Amino acid sequence: MQVTLRIKRFNPDVPEFQKPTYREYQVEVEPNDRLLDALNKVKWHHDGTLTYRRSCAHGICGSDAMRVNGRNRLACKVLMSELGTKVTVEPLIGFPVIKDLIVDMEPFFEGYKSVKPYLIADDAPSAGERLQSPEERARYDDTTKCILCASCTSSCPITWTNKEFVGPAAIVNAHRFIFDSRDQGAAERLRILNQRSGVWRCRTVFNCTDACPRGIEVTKAIEEVKRALLFDEVQ
Amino acid sequence: MAYHRFDAVIVGAGGAGLMAAIQLAGKANIAVVSKLYPPRSHTGAAQGGISAALGNVEEDHWEWHMFDTVKGGDYLVDQDAAEILAREAIDAVLELEHMGLPFNRTPDGKIDQRRFGGHTRNYGEGPVRRACYAADRTGHMIIQTLYQQGIKHHVNFFDEHFLVDVLFTEDGICCGVVTREIKTGELHVLHAKAVLIATGGFGRVFKITSNALAGTGDGIAIPYRLGVPLMDMEFYQFHPTGLYKLGILLSEAARGEGGILRNSEGEAFCARYAPTLKDLAPRDMVSRFIYQEIKEGRGIDGKDYVHLDLTHLPEEVIDQKLPDITDFARTYLGVEPKKEPVPIQPTAHYAMGGLPTDVDGRVIRDEQATPIPGFYSAGESACVSVHGANRLGTNSLVDLVVFGRRAGRHMLKYIQENSLPPLPREPELRARAEIDAILSRKSGIRPVEIRTAMQEVMMDKVSVVRDGRGLAEAQEKIQGLKRDYASVAIDDRGQTFNTDLLEALELGYMLDCAEAIIVGAIAREESRGAHYRTDFEQRDDKNWLAHTLVYRTSGGIQVRKKPVTITKFEPKERKY
Repeated sequence: MQVTLRIKRFNPDVPEFQKPTYREYQVEVEPNDRLLDALNKVKWHHDGTLTYRRSCAHGICGSDAMRVNGRNRLACKVLMSELGTKVTVEPLIGFPVIKDLIVDMEPFFEGYKSVKPYLIADDAPSAGERLQSPEERARYDDTTKCILCASCTSSCPITWTNKEFVGPAAIVNAHRFIFDSRDQGAAERLRILNQRSGVWRCRTVFNCTDACPRGIEVTKAIEEVKRALLFDEVQ
Repeated sequence: MAYHRFDAVIVGAGGAGLMAAIQLAGKANIAVVSKLYPPRSHTGAAQGGISAALGNVEEDHWEWHMFDTVKGGDYLVDQDAAEILAREAIDAVLELEHMGLPFNRTPDGKIDQRRFGGHTRNYGEGPVRRACYAADRTGHMIIQTLYQQGIKHHVNFFDEHFLVDVLFTEDGICCGVVTREIKTGELHVLHAKAVLIATGGFGRVFKITSNALAGTGDGIAIPYRLGVPLMDMEFYQFHPTGLYKLGILLSEAARGEGGILRNSEGEAFCARYAPTLKDLAPRDMVSRFIYQEIKEGRGIDGKDYVHLDLTHLPEEVIDQKLPDITDFARTYLGVEPKKEPVPIQPTAHYAMGGLPTDVDGRVIRDEQATPIPGFYSAGESACVSVHGANRLGTNSLVDLVVFGRRAGRHMLKYIQENSLPPLPREPELRARAEIDAILSRKSGIRPVEIRTAMQEVMMDKVSVVRDGRGLAEAQEKIQGLKRDYASVAIDDRGQTFNTDLLEALELGYMLDCAEAIIVGAIAREESRGAHYRTDFEQRDDKNWLAHTLVYRTSGGIQVRKKPVTITKFEPKERKY
């Protein structure tokens, strides 16, 4: 099938794209091609200057989050058959654009790092593993799926205007440890998320949950962190 | 150009690179270079598990794991290295757990374990539960956990830096690397006492592959160009179960949990070839079974694929233990694995070969295992060799953590005992010349034309089944493509985030990997593990119980043999 990709271009090195400009490309695709395949066709055969991140091409590495027909998607996890014959592709919003579909991910990773996203526990047993029941393990299973693609954070209207807010992805990764029975850093992380930049900025819009390509119930995770703060109890 | 000085530089931020970095963090001044962001590394795509003889669910011993590794590798495995792998796997998996890795658990709270191909109890009696796992995203959890530890230990990350050269002194001591900062196009010289190459594999030389687009062999092609040998490159693993046409991996865990391969007649054909292990025979064999079924006309609808049947598995097994891979079948093929079988075909998956190293990650230069001072490799880019002619499922993740850790520890000792070697004059010159040549070329051949031709000939002539004539044709084709590459031309001449340029450079690296694979495959006139030649169908221990070392020299390409280390297990015929 013939599709038209309408791609938002920006390139500081090229005069015609120094102001953001939409450019259309016609490509022949199969219905079960990924959007990434279509972008590759443009780049490889028509215009090598078109620039986007990609790596694993099957929704695991988190490189190719972008705005597709107004929704945040992974280009490698959406098929052309879902998108119609005219597809608008834009960079994630809420982050500075470096070139075409590439945004500056540094603010995103800074937010992630700010919640101490690592196990805090000093008492590693001298022999064997720390024990954890299947139920305890299941408690935080959902938030272990995060691939740090930024789809959620970029879909959140609060992050568009409030650059202090750590954003949903950072809270998801804090949740992953706060509710891990082996971790002892919950109080520390909850203190961080109780600040002006933390969970109380969330207005429960659910955009993050809709945007997550891993199916994580992001809003629920944020609410669970809020409850832990309100009731001073991690359950 | 920017200049930096470090004790050690690690190139590649997958499992091996990060595991090494964690050994050095806080004790030395180090940098970790990645052309991606570290959690995007391809370790994250590993699914099924990481083996260790913990014996949490049934009796197991590291000696059994070692034996399976040696036998699985068709006796080309260096047994001193396999012993370290199997012994240290236990401690390495526990270390990952202590770092916070969320393994699935047994009812009594220990790390749960499941079956995987080629892993057996009591030296081959039947399948054993040895693979520790986190659903079917074990690799994802390893890369996340190690990146988290990197953040905790304040590792200095050079994210989105692309490797363009490895530097050696005139005396052959490694003294640093050159990278291109992708965002700005600026070249950086990272001057260091020790360098670890942990850049992973090069599956993208083949048309159908499970590998990321980033799997282009950067870190091994550059040293190869400079005269460092590559070992056992002819051994390239095709995983039996890639999604049809896409190559996306469906973990062996699907068969470990009870999934069955079926041909057009609905027959569970693996049982005919491997009566004991059936669908859980090693990957090289199962890929050949599939090839044989298709050749004999029992592919589905007469086409080049067969079915992976999960329809008889309990729904909760699929939902809880195989959620990601069943989602791949739904997303990409529109197939519901609970109700219908999944079309699969073998997919290029893993390089057993790579930079030859000793058991401490030191890259060696010859048959006598002479180390190159300051130069290390670990993970898929390295060949220790623990995988021999065919890697067992889960052993790649074991390799990463065990030998990444050993390399990191040895580097720490090395940098404490040695001073900083001098840099060559104008260290960035070679890289700059290569980049400028491509950027300044006004017209020529598009990279996609060369890349597609390479991927097709490698798939056609150098994959699951090979013969001398086909290999010779492939060699000629690759030589021609290398000549074409001298006039490769790109559209993007800018400095900012120029991925057009990077893809062209990656193509150059892949052509070198393809060349080395073919040279090894032509030289090795036998069939062993993943290297199967119809013109030499038998294993030939008399002439070929040896590793190949492929050298690029001024006088052309040379192949030399390096002896295999045999300690506990004498080579036997491999039956399952």
